[in-house]
Amino acid sequence: MVPVLIGVTIIVFVLIHLIPGDPALSMLGIHARPEAVTALRHNLGLDKPLWEQYAIYLGNLVQLDLGDSIKYKQSVASLIPKRMTVSLLLIAYATVLTVAISLPLGIMAALKKNSIFDQIVRSLLMVTMVMPAFWIGILFLIFFSIKLGLFPVSGYGEGALDHLHHLFLPALTIALSIAPILVRSLRGSILEAMSADYVRTARAKGIGEQVVVTAHVLRNALIPAVTLLGLSVGYLMGSTVIVERVFSLPGAGALLVDSISARDYPVVQSMTLIFAALVILVNLLTDLAYSFLDPRVRLG
Amino acid sequence: MTAANDGGHAAQVLRSRPDAIPFVSNDESGASGAGLAGTVKKRRSRLAAFKQRNIYVGGAIVLAVVLVALLAPVLAPRGPQDTDYGARLKPPSREHLLGTDNLGKDTLSRVMYGARIDLRVGILCVLTPFVVGLALGCLTGYYGGRIDSVLMRLLDVVQAFPFLILVIAIVAVLGPGLRNMYIAVALVAWVTYARLIRGEILVAKHREYVEAARAMGMRDRRVIGRHILPNVISSAVVYAMADIILYIVLAASLSYLGLGAPPPEPEWGALISEGRGFMATAWWLSFFPGLAIVITGIGFSLLGDGLADALRPSRR
Repeated sequence: MVPVLIGVTIIVFVLIHLIPGDPALSMLGIHARPEAVTALRHNLGLDKPLWEQYAIYLGNLVQLDLGDSIKYKQSVASLIPKRMTVSLLLIAYATVLTVAISLPLGIMAALKKNSIFDQIVRSLLMVTMVMPAFWIGILFLIFFSIKLGLFPVSGYGEGALDHLHHLFLPALTIALSIAPILVRSLRGSILEAMSADYVRTARAKGIGEQVVVTAHVLRNALIPAVTLLGLSVGYLMGSTVIVERVFSLPGAGALLVDSISARDYPVVQSMTLIFAALVILVNLLTDLAYSFLDPRVRLG
Repeated sequence: MTAANDGGHAAQVLRSRPDAIPFVSNDESGASGAGLAGTVKKRRSRLAAFKQRNIYVGGAIVLAVVLVALLAPVLAPRGPQDTDYGARLKPPSREHLLGTDNLGKDTLSRVMYGARIDLRVGILCVLTPFVVGLALGCLTGYYGGRIDSVLMRLLDVVQAFPFLILVIAIVAVLGPGLRNMYIAVALVAWVTYARLIRGEILVAKHREYVEAARAMGMRDRRVIGRHILPNVISSAVVYAMADIILYIVLAASLSYLGLGAPPPEPEWGALISEGRGFMATAWWLSFFPGLAIVITGIGFSLLGDGLADALRPSRR
């Protein structure tokens, strides 16, 4: 995990050097005074050798110093907590909805394999899988917010309940783009578990079908689904960037996009780093959950 | 008859590694152990027919989209940028089948011309990662050793980033536009193909036919090119099929964020984005370009599914 983290910092560090021409000039715009450009270049450490720049960057990171935002004129570290709260709430909400949608659908589709229900679920999933998240979001806005007036068109609201109300459509939008993958995997692993020897044994012992399904099939079939859910967190975070934009939410993804148009590269750099760090963290947690759920797996 | 058995086999192979192929329908297969052989056979041939249908339906949709893209100048009722101030924000009607935008541009024509951009984007985005990933996957999977471990570390690092966010960040520093998106995708997406091919080669290189080829004194290049690659490439091709639509969605998303195709371009995502401003009054502006993405996506998904089943059996 540590080598991966170091690799991630290297990529994020290199990112700013991909800017064609002079990053400092690019950030301040072509009309900037030369002294200001030189000052910023010095400030960013761009006039030092590359390895030294990286060493300074790492040193700052360890002290949680992510540099200063050019647009907001404050430290990036101070910008992030408020924005990240919105995004994390959205991600958690979307995860809950994803599970709430996928679990019953996946189980039903597998238990009633090849029934009309199964066919409909699978055809629908093929459609939702290729729907761009922002398009679903806009359709939701048109239908539920504008036509029916059930949900606010934008914003984040005040207070916990209001947040949940405001974030419902965005979370549902994200959930719909992830649920297909989860349902598909769930259905597959349930079908596989159903044909396993231990299920046949359980049935042969005369255990009721309901117990067979819940205690024997699901217990085993849920494990790959949990892993998959953990692995889709990266995808989830990518979606927040777009969905926050559609629903005008003041989240971390929106901060990233705004910073791009403002050429606020220290923020772009930091957000990329934080999202990657979160993915690494979630992957670690998924591995832990895996060994917790499946006694056959022990982490060495 | 053979085709029927192959269909079942393919489904089984696929089921054993569902993670490798995203759009695979891993159903029925040999799970139904019980029952008379006759019913199983009948079921399998029905299944095979169903999977064949996937290829035909998917292929037909993709072909239709390709034709629309190629023939847009002939088929489209108007030019993509033709304005008509007399017919602004008109809902779908006989004259403008999919309505018009705030400048009186015909949505149908713009969506048709958009197919040219989006298909090109999808295919170009897949091409470089496919070739690079294939080459690196072959190299490291076959030879192993130090290059392999270095590459694996690199893959881990790149895959630690959320794909979309890394692409966005790279486009952000390079500057907006589709060309920079190709570069960003090329820098990021090859890892998936490299991992996929490497995994397949690790399995294939211990197979008897590879050992036989080696025992016959063939050079590595010939062993890889003639014996291993044809057997492992199908999964990458199937993956690429499904990938095309992901990149179309990606391009649309980037255009939506203002990082892809610049506004007057009739790229589907840009069209959806333009429509967002009029969503209270003119739903058709966002709806139809999105529908075009969905239809194209279904086409490629079905084609990928069908190809997965058709190509797989040839590995034995």
